[in-house]
Amino acid sequence: MPEILHGPGLFGLILLVMPFSLVLLLGLASLVGYQLGESLISRLVQLTCVVGLLAGLGMLAWMLTEGTRYVPLELGHWVEIPHFHFSLKFIFDPLSIPFMLLSFALCGVIGAFTTNYLHREPGFNRFFFCFSLFLLGMVMTSLAGTIETLFAGWELVGVSSALLVAFFQERASPVRNGLHVWTVYRISDAALLIAAVAMHHLRGEGDFAGLLGAGPWPAGHANVTHTQALVVGLLLLVAVAGKSALVPFSGWLPRAMEGPTPSSAIYYGALSVHLGAFLLLRVSPLLDVSVWLSAAVVVLGLLTAIVAALSCRAQTDIKSALSYASLTQVGLIVAEIGLGLRYLPLIHIIGHACLRTLQFLRASSVLHDYRTLENAMGVRPVARDTVGQLLTPGLKSWLYRLAIERGYFDAFLKDYIATPCLRLFTWCDSLERRWTDMLSGTPSRESDALPPSAGSLEDLS
Amino acid sequence: MIDLHLPWLELAIVLPLIGAFCVWRLRDVEKARKWCLFFTCAAFATCLGAWQDFILVHASVAGDPWSLSSAMLGWDFFIIDELNAPLLPLASLLYLLTVLATLRTKMRRFSFTWMLITEAIVLATLSCKQPWGVIALLALGAIPPYFELLARKKPTRVYVLHMVLFVALMVLGWSLVQWQASQPEHSPWIFAPLVVAILIRSGIAPLHCWMTDLFEHASFGTALLFTTPMLGAYAAVRLLLPIAPDSVMRIIGMMALFTALYAAGMALVQREARRFFCYVLLSHSALVLVGLDTVRPIGLTGALCVWLSVGLSLAGFGLTLRLLEARHGRLSLTGYHGLYEHTPLLAICFFLTGMASVGFPGTLGFLGTELLVEGAVASYPIVGVAVVLSAALNGIALVKAYFLLFTGTRHVSSVPLEVSRREKVAVLTLAALILGGGLYPQPGVASRHHAAIELLEERGVVFPDDPIHATAERQGDIHDAAAQKEWFME
Repeated sequence: MPEILHGPGLFGLILLVMPFSLVLLLGLASLVGYQLGESLISRLVQLTCVVGLLAGLGMLAWMLTEGTRYVPLELGHWVEIPHFHFSLKFIFDPLSIPFMLLSFALCGVIGAFTTNYLHREPGFNRFFFCFSLFLLGMVMTSLAGTIETLFAGWELVGVSSALLVAFFQERASPVRNGLHVWTVYRISDAALLIAAVAMHHLRGEGDFAGLLGAGPWPAGHANVTHTQALVVGLLLLVAVAGKSALVPFSGWLPRAMEGPTPSSAIYYGALSVHLGAFLLLRVSPLLDVSVWLSAAVVVLGLLTAIVAALSCRAQTDIKSALSYASLTQVGLIVAEIGLGLRYLPLIHIIGHACLRTLQFLRASSVLHDYRTLENAMGVRPVARDTVGQLLTPGLKSWLYRLAIERGYFDAFLKDYIATPCLRLFTWCDSLERRWTDMLSGTPSRESDALPPSAGSLEDLS
Repeated sequence: MIDLHLPWLELAIVLPLIGAFCVWRLRDVEKARKWCLFFTCAAFATCLGAWQDFILVHASVAGDPWSLSSAMLGWDFFIIDELNAPLLPLASLLYLLTVLATLRTKMRRFSFTWMLITEAIVLATLSCKQPWGVIALLALGAIPPYFELLARKKPTRVYVLHMVLFVALMVLGWSLVQWQASQPEHSPWIFAPLVVAILIRSGIAPLHCWMTDLFEHASFGTALLFTTPMLGAYAAVRLLLPIAPDSVMRIIGMMALFTALYAAGMALVQREARRFFCYVLLSHSALVLVGLDTVRPIGLTGALCVWLSVGLSLAGFGLTLRLLEARHGRLSLTGYHGLYEHTPLLAICFFLTGMASVGFPGTLGFLGTELLVEGAVASYPIVGVAVVLSAALNGIALVKAYFLLFTGTRHVSSVPLEVSRREKVAVLTLAALILGGGLYPQPGVASRHHAAIELLEERGVVFPDDPIHATAERQGDIHDAAAQKEWFME
């Protein structure tokens, strides 16, 4: 029997094979047009989560028994040519194990909840395919031993997230918001890819152990200079800001609430929104090298927490309010990481993810819950505006505008980046039209006459 | 030169020509499609045979035995080497899948005879290494789309002006290069006509407008088959890469990089599906030229991988769009079409092929993009950043198009719009190749690395550390231009 199939290797393989098999099964069924039943899909998801969770616990138990804090699982080189290799390496350490266990546990809970929540919905299979992609992405990201593997998982989480925001695809609003989320994610992914390539370039490999020191997390020491750490760290910080909705990208978070409640819970309450913080923890030895980088992380985290705490108070729907409450905590977690803490943010993530998942899942029955609470108390609880009394009316209204406009970050990105870029390309398009019209001597674009929608085949005849 | 076991290359070129003759005589379009399918299948099988035979003979270059062209010319006109070995089956597969996915609604407007003739020309071009042969075949290949535009009574001036300029500059450029080889002093300016010709054929901005015009006026199938084999990049590899100085390659690389970014941005503002596809294709095909500019094994390997992945994924993407067009007519991108419920398979394939083209993990394009960025960063870091940005913009444009076409209020139709079995075979074949190549990339990447090393050796780059190219890193400007030219003129 191969060595990898003994002890921790077997647990590690199960952890990776289960979500991958789920993606393969659901994906292939969709591709060939075979409709799997709801109960079968539900059982497959539960099986994957339970077996994955047990394997994860088995790995934890083995590590505790052996007294080891670092178990690498090397599956060889996925691709190898001279001067380049892509290693399939996964690591089990005090950071990856809790995050992986959290992923399996919460995905299992959400999977069970969704089976009833989306019963007989037309997009049931579509939801669970995206969900399986998400689970695979989370497991890959949590256990990644190289930055390339982490990037692959990171991308899977991103694409499944955008597709689930646009889940109710017959309406234009969720689709527009899905595109918004995807756009921010692509910027974040681009920053991460550049950081990955820069790390690969610096060390000749993407292995975290090579760049961040071989010791078990968080004891590693980064083998880079101050400047290198700052450059790579800032790129990673852009990736983190995009993925965890830190300022200035925080505008996508309330938009993402257009998706089904279970996906909102697992993505934006529990796991996906914490991925940025996880990445910062993973590369924390880089922060130790550069004090400027640590300072940038603290500032970004605190700024996000302040803006999110303000915005939370001005939201008019429960999911948006919860999303900003979630973001406030994520901001604090990021600040904690910047301050040099390691285990506290990890515990903060786990506790916050579990609480927020529960809150999101109860969000649809929150009025019922309040009524029960009021009936039990006999009075209606009134919130006291103690801080508000200290502020001048002018400042209060300014803060209210700031909160309603979510810190003006969305407007800033739209007015100063997105719109000018689109205007520039539209202008280039009009130049091209003039050029081809001149060359051909007639109007060169017959596509201009197209109606906005194609109509039906009968209209074409 | 080592011979293959059978004359695969000439068979692959002759079979479509025979097919064209047979189909030309048929009036019944359904029968014509079946014959066309048979001959494209045969050509694909022959190309696959050539590739496998090439692997079996363990040669860096091989030719046909009992070759007619060799007997007539006295030298091997058609050859197979590390570069074109997988490109031949890829090109023939694109033709096969296009025929397979041609619906009855399109058959009367799409000429199978011209398609088979074009296939023969494309396969001949890809099998040819002789500079004048490549130039002649590229010029010949530009003719069929012109006849189609004429037959469809569409404006031809944009296309004709660009193609005439391309052919003229190509002939002038190569003549100057040959003339310079006999001169004692060499100037990089002598490459200018050849470079401009290659930029035109590759659709590098601002010389790309013929391509958007072709997509606007020709049938989608013709435009797709004319552009996706990326013969402009092939001309760059065969004519320029072995002899052009680094400064010339850098100019091409910089212009290609600008095009990759510009076309990705333009894809975001397009209001019609064909034009959108054209810009996405322009952006990706420019990336191949960016990789050539690095002139290093990793970057060049990345470029050759991207060539294969983009060729396959964007051909699949284009075919999916073509299938949608066959059902709904030209597709505007100014409103939501709501087509998902009618054609979920096409929606999945659209998304999959689109994501593969931007290098999404698990698909064929992932490692190609990774290698390209790695190679670009090693040459000039800013190039790597620009490549990543163009991939990000393309990713946004592709998902935007997906949402516009497949989401929104459900499209109502009184006729069934489901995917037929033939179409299913075509799109599933592409999906299998994209996912299979993505999950098991080692053979493909290793083969492209060998090709990259061969090309760099032709350029005069030496790998002194060991004889099997283990170091594979360029050792400065060892490239002896005069010696290369001498070799190249032989």
